[in-house]
Amino acid sequence: MTTVTKEAGAPSPADAGAFLSVRDLHVSFKTEDGIVRAVDGLSFDLERGKTLGIVGESGSGKSVTNLTILGLHSPKFTTVEGEILLEGKELTTARESELEKLRGNKVAMIFQDPLTALSPYYTVGRQIAEPFMKHMGASKKAAWERAVEMLGKVGIPNPKERAKDYPHQFSGGMRQRAMIAMALVCDPDLLIADEPTTALDVTVQAQILDLLNDLQQEFGSAIIFITHDLGVIADMADDIMVMYAGGAIERGTTNQVLRSPQHPYTWGLLNSMPRLDSDLSAALAPIPGAPPSLLTPPSGCRFHPRCTFQDRVGGNRCVTERPPLAPDRASACHLTAEQKRTIFVEEIKPRLG
Amino acid sequence: MKEDLVLPAPREAATDGAGEPLLVVEGLRKHFPIKGGFPIRRTVGAVQAVDGIDLTVRAGESFGLVGESGCGKSTTGRLITRLLEPTSGTISYRGKDITHAGRKQLAPIRSEIQMIFQDPYSSLNPRQTVGKIISGPMEINGIEPTGGREKRVRELLEIVGLNPEHYNRFPHEFSGGQRQRIGVARALALEPKLIVADEPVSALDVSIQAQVVNLLQKVQQELGIAFLFIAHDLAVVRHFSQRVAVMYLGKVIEVGDRESIYTRPRHPYTHALLSAVPEVNLHDEEAGRRERIRLAGDVPSPISPPSGCRFRTRCWKAQDKCAAQEPPLVRLSGNRDGHLTACHFPEDPTIEGREEDIVLDPALAALEEDIERP
Repeated sequence: MTTVTKEAGAPSPADAGAFLSVRDLHVSFKTEDGIVRAVDGLSFDLERGKTLGIVGESGSGKSVTNLTILGLHSPKFTTVEGEILLEGKELTTARESELEKLRGNKVAMIFQDPLTALSPYYTVGRQIAEPFMKHMGASKKAAWERAVEMLGKVGIPNPKERAKDYPHQFSGGMRQRAMIAMALVCDPDLLIADEPTTALDVTVQAQILDLLNDLQQEFGSAIIFITHDLGVIADMADDIMVMYAGGAIERGTTNQVLRSPQHPYTWGLLNSMPRLDSDLSAALAPIPGAPPSLLTPPSGCRFHPRCTFQDRVGGNRCVTERPPLAPDRASACHLTAEQKRTIFVEEIKPRLG
Repeated sequence: MKEDLVLPAPREAATDGAGEPLLVVEGLRKHFPIKGGFPIRRTVGAVQAVDGIDLTVRAGESFGLVGESGCGKSTTGRLITRLLEPTSGTISYRGKDITHAGRKQLAPIRSEIQMIFQDPYSSLNPRQTVGKIISGPMEINGIEPTGGREKRVRELLEIVGLNPEHYNRFPHEFSGGQRQRIGVARALALEPKLIVADEPVSALDVSIQAQVVNLLQKVQQELGIAFLFIAHDLAVVRHFSQRVAVMYLGKVIEVGDRESIYTRPRHPYTHALLSAVPEVNLHDEEAGRRERIRLAGDVPSPISPPSGCRFRTRCWKAQDKCAAQEPPLVRLSGNRDGHLTACHFPEDPTIEGREEDIVLDPALAALEEDIERP
């Protein structure tokens, strides 16, 4: 059962115009081994036409968050608490029929692996035409024409003929283009792209990322872009949210997060990633240890078992007290703002070369 | 465009301090037959996975092999370790031809050439303990190290940063990064001279990748083991390899020292590949803007690769000559020693931003024209 608890009368700061607003979201799954807290107290806002990049490693909760927005979790084993407001409308309590009207229409999704996300039984054209018929009430013929138009737009050569092909007749890059065409066919207000280029080769990835960027300018959709690759996010996002073990640990504009990061985990990510212009004489500085199990997440700051800056906080706060994440530009860390700035400038930045 | 003077490739190019050639590969080919037809299944074609490549890996160096999926880099790795039988060409290891050597002849060489696999989940036997997995190579080769195999395994576990006490644990008790360390320990068990590492970090999380890359680097430098490092991630290869070869559709299209390949590439495909890498720009907006090249479409099928230069179907400089004549892998004038390029119309040796981006993708070009037009 999906259970929902809402604080009665809690003021929602998001009403002030955010198009999508997630408030204190908790998602947990019942498994054989126990309860997995996949998302643990996550809040964020997204404005129209903007791109929010969510970065995190596997198991950080980035995909679960977005499946929950679309109501794609299995209600039998999932507990969702908190609010997801899309244009002020609560989605966690919405009925399945209401969500169905939303999916593919107002909110669309691009998945990582286009081969498993497309049906092998139907032609690509039909799969693109279907949501258009369902949501726009278009005739079969009009929807087919729209599908062909969309395929042309995303760069499938000879779209009239290729619309009659089945997914297996498309190459990997073309399938991802077809997925984008399908997602954009109803001109959605929100597009969720979950690692859309991870399965692609680098030259094809560059094509698809630029295509998404250009199409966003034309369609004006807001995009939530999920990835583990900081380079990809730098190309795509206006704002970045860094997730770790089910919660956001840092957020800000792309410039702020990448050029003056404040959280030890973000520092760790930047320091452990080789770049085409990084200093070759220095060894990479990996983050010690491994991401925690979400069955028994660490107490206090989720990152504290891997953090090398704990001793500078003093006391036991990192272990006992979970640092909060303020709205706007913020990082969830007990270090003081002054400490964060000096550590980054004096210790982290020189290593980035 | 500048006319480039083409010099013949020196046979043993660049002797910049690196060791003797350890592994020499010449004209290596691997064609996988495609069977079809009824009732008698005949060979109707071939996937030309690797189609005539030359490589030299010197003792103690790390040689990187990059390319996109389907370019034949993994097949090359498996041919060199003789997990696959080459169709033609020669592989010689320390001057000895091992191209078609039999099991017996290979036995002593196999202990000197080891492999690290991509997926740490499928490359370790789940029914064996870590101790058994790592001592496996010693057992097979009948090697009894001083102090016994168990002592040696414990040493190896320590070298790769695992707790020697975990000798009796099973692979499922370890995380992905730790499993890859077990794979490294197994590869080190016989004190090899050459390790073929096929995408050793691409299955790992970002924060774990760096741990394994550092471990491999330590192993390479401290134990003086030569590496053939196969990966699609250009930044990781740059970090790890002193020399790099770029492959495209079964051919090496450019090879050279790291600096030449990453800052002075000549082949248009190398340019396109480098420009496609998404990069975090940590510095000022405009400083060091890189060129932007967006190719059209995907890599063609290796079943019927294009004639002449294989990259010509996606190349912005292609002319009739490219279809008619396959460009040889040679040293172009202005290239450093050992920097060889297979191109009739090479690019300028710089990766700086051009006046105009090269956008070959028709959909992208159309959209960008719309956006630019006010």
